Amino acid sequence: MSEPIKPVSQTERMKIPRQAMPTQEPQVRAHNFAEVALGYPEETALLEAARCLQCRRPKCVEGCPVAVNIPDFILRLREGDLPGSVRSLKGDNNLPAICGRVCPQESQCEAVCVMGKKQEPIAIGRLERYVADWDLAHPSPPPQVAPSTGKKVAVIGCGPAGLTCAGDLARYGHQVTIFESLHAPGGVLIYGIPEFRLPKQIVHAEVGYVRSLGVEIRLNAVIGKTLTLNELLNEEGYDAIFLGTGAGLPMFMHIPGENYNGVLSANEFLTRVNLMKAYLFPDWDTPVKVGRKVAVVGAGNVAMDASRCALRLGAEEVHIVYRRSHEEVPARAEEVHHAEEEGIIFDFLTNPVEIFGNEKGWVRGMRCIRMKLGEPDASGRRRPLPMEGTEFDMDVDMVIMALGTRPNPLVFTDSGGLERTRHGTVVANEETGRTTKERVWAGGDIVTGAATVISAMGAGKHAAADMDRFLRGEKVLAAEEEAITAAG
Amino acid sequence: MYEILAKENLAPVTKLYQVRAPEVARKAQAGQFVIVRLHQEGERIPLTIADYDREQGTVTLVVQEVGKTTMEMSALKVGDPLASVTGPLGLPSEIKNYGTVLCVGGGVGIAPIYPIARDLKQAGNTVLSIIGARNKDLLFWEDKMRTVSDELIVCTDDGSYARKALVTVPLKELLESGRSIDQIWAIGPAIMMKFCALTTQPFGAPTVVSLNSIMVDGTGMCGACRVEVGGQTRFVCVDGPEFDAHQVDWDQLLARQRLYPEQEKLAVEKWQHQHRCDA
Repeated sequence: MSEPIKPVSQTERMKIPRQAMPTQEPQVRAHNFAEVALGYPEETALLEAARCLQCRRPKCVEGCPVAVNIPDFILRLREGDLPGSVRSLKGDNNLPAICGRVCPQESQCEAVCVMGKKQEPIAIGRLERYVADWDLAHPSPPPQVAPSTGKKVAVIGCGPAGLTCAGDLARYGHQVTIFESLHAPGGVLIYGIPEFRLPKQIVHAEVGYVRSLGVEIRLNAVIGKTLTLNELLNEEGYDAIFLGTGAGLPMFMHIPGENYNGVLSANEFLTRVNLMKAYLFPDWDTPVKVGRKVAVVGAGNVAMDASRCALRLGAEEVHIVYRRSHEEVPARAEEVHHAEEEGIIFDFLTNPVEIFGNEKGWVRGMRCIRMKLGEPDASGRRRPLPMEGTEFDMDVDMVIMALGTRPNPLVFTDSGGLERTRHGTVVANEETGRTTKERVWAGGDIVTGAATVISAMGAGKHAAADMDRFLRGEKVLAAEEEAITAAG
Repeated sequence: MYEILAKENLAPVTKLYQVRAPEVARKAQAGQFVIVRLHQEGERIPLTIADYDREQGTVTLVVQEVGKTTMEMSALKVGDPLASVTGPLGLPSEIKNYGTVLCVGGGVGIAPIYPIARDLKQAGNTVLSIIGARNKDLLFWEDKMRTVSDELIVCTDDGSYARKALVTVPLKELLESGRSIDQIWAIGPAIMMKFCALTTQPFGAPTVVSLNSIMVDGTGMCGACRVEVGGQTRFVCVDGPEFDAHQVDWDQLLARQRLYPEQEKLAVEKWQHQHRCDA
């Protein structure tokens, strides 16, 4: 550890530029699955940390869905107290090495950073990653958990929401079992987000941390099939359940030709590549086939991940086909930037209308139509409208549909009383995660529809706090009390 | 967990495995399947449940060697563990008293048809069954099928045992005989199910088939198994595996089973090479 940065004046701080993240060169990384962003070296991290103004009323904390005490962990970092920085960070966030890599900081903590008003905001995500990676390299004993309450909680789904909720509940002293349908823990962190953006070793380490808090993880357990919610509550002796199964069901466009070979959901493509490690075929058994010219339909993070995987697997040309314009792209800014650097071609205001196949049933092309933006729709974004007579054909031999996902209804088998919206999401109190079914909480994409890792973690955290109050038999829920008062 | 407790050769390339999987056995019903993984680097393959024993906590899988994973599985011994057995997945067969039912099992499809025939018999149906295989060596479970069938017709494609015929021949004869048949199940290779569907369609005889698509997760997450049924895209893993045979887009199903021919060939070659070296 080199000398901590000496205290400097606010003016001096303002003069330090935002430190760039070292990355693998685009031409090199487009052909490998190693991590793109290499992480700050120590001096860079300390320099970046020195920029923080230590605001008295820090906006960044409000901008964080799990309210990480950002100025505190940065202060400890620049004072050279890395163990203290880790303790501070992990006190609020069970999975910091993941968040530092995949959070859309530009629309959260960094969006409201005071420094960002005049200069570029503090690179909070990069500092979080630096501290979390230091922790993984210098493991400390797990924190003390509260004395056992004797209460049993089942957490369904081992993704960001479930892991966060489980970690917090274990710390509160409850006995927690996570039920995961796949053969590996991590949910979307394992099957969805590629190695080059989130190394699986990081996920394993963070899952290991949650296990070290006493959480048991039962893999290959498909709730709704192997066991049901009602069985967990009534036969298996669980006092409460947290539902965090995400939004795992892929959507298709329902256009002609969508079932030709070579048309895949992004879920299938990414699961083959990431969970099943098809990029290591034939050393690993699961194959994946990548076309010469690939179209990825959609422009969210999943679309960026799919397009960049296709490129790494040898596609000559990869297009992102998106019906809106650059401005509406929902993906994280850094991912779009990285994709562009790597040579992904963006076709904006373009929408597929039909997919063509050859005599063997394989994709040989895709007809698209040009779009224009009309009035804002329910999402607040301008509605894309087809421009008549602008159809054109794209020469592609693989199409990946990255149109968003919905909650998987399997988990709702034998779950009487659990209300859902017409979009298939679970109705839950925004602050507490309580559902309409007694002793069942929910959070993450299963409630909101496809969103971010960090918002799922925030929901898991809030639910854990409310579940803890319930399990301890404390009076809870101002809203509920109000309702009771009103009803009484 | 997931230990192989018993293994039996049913045919030269078809083996029976009895596997410890108490959570699956507790819930398993005829018509459902499991997703099996052999080891850390293994792929996830769907296998229909051929039988189960709730008390022993076991499921029975009948597996034909068709690719790398199934070949590798056949090299496993009693006492070896499988990395994972997930399930039971898919919807169970609709078992009720239809009156007279006809169960057709072709090749390795004899295994999944057995628990369906057994449960249909228990539900009070008159069960007629047809089982067939390419030759005598590939035929199995004639005795088991006989115990759950009121009548059993056995045939082989090459006539090396019992009647020389494809299963569609006695199927057509039964339909032409004017016997009232209220419901038909046909399970086997996709091409056999397609021709069973074409055979029963002119008679308007309700026919259910169990589709064997390529899958990854088996829980509706990936859509690899999708196929058009009645003009709508359905997922075999969660909407099936059983569907109305007359509504299935067979050509699409057959095309979608040939997604990875080159990779399958490469994997088999690599396995055979390694296997020879190990031996």
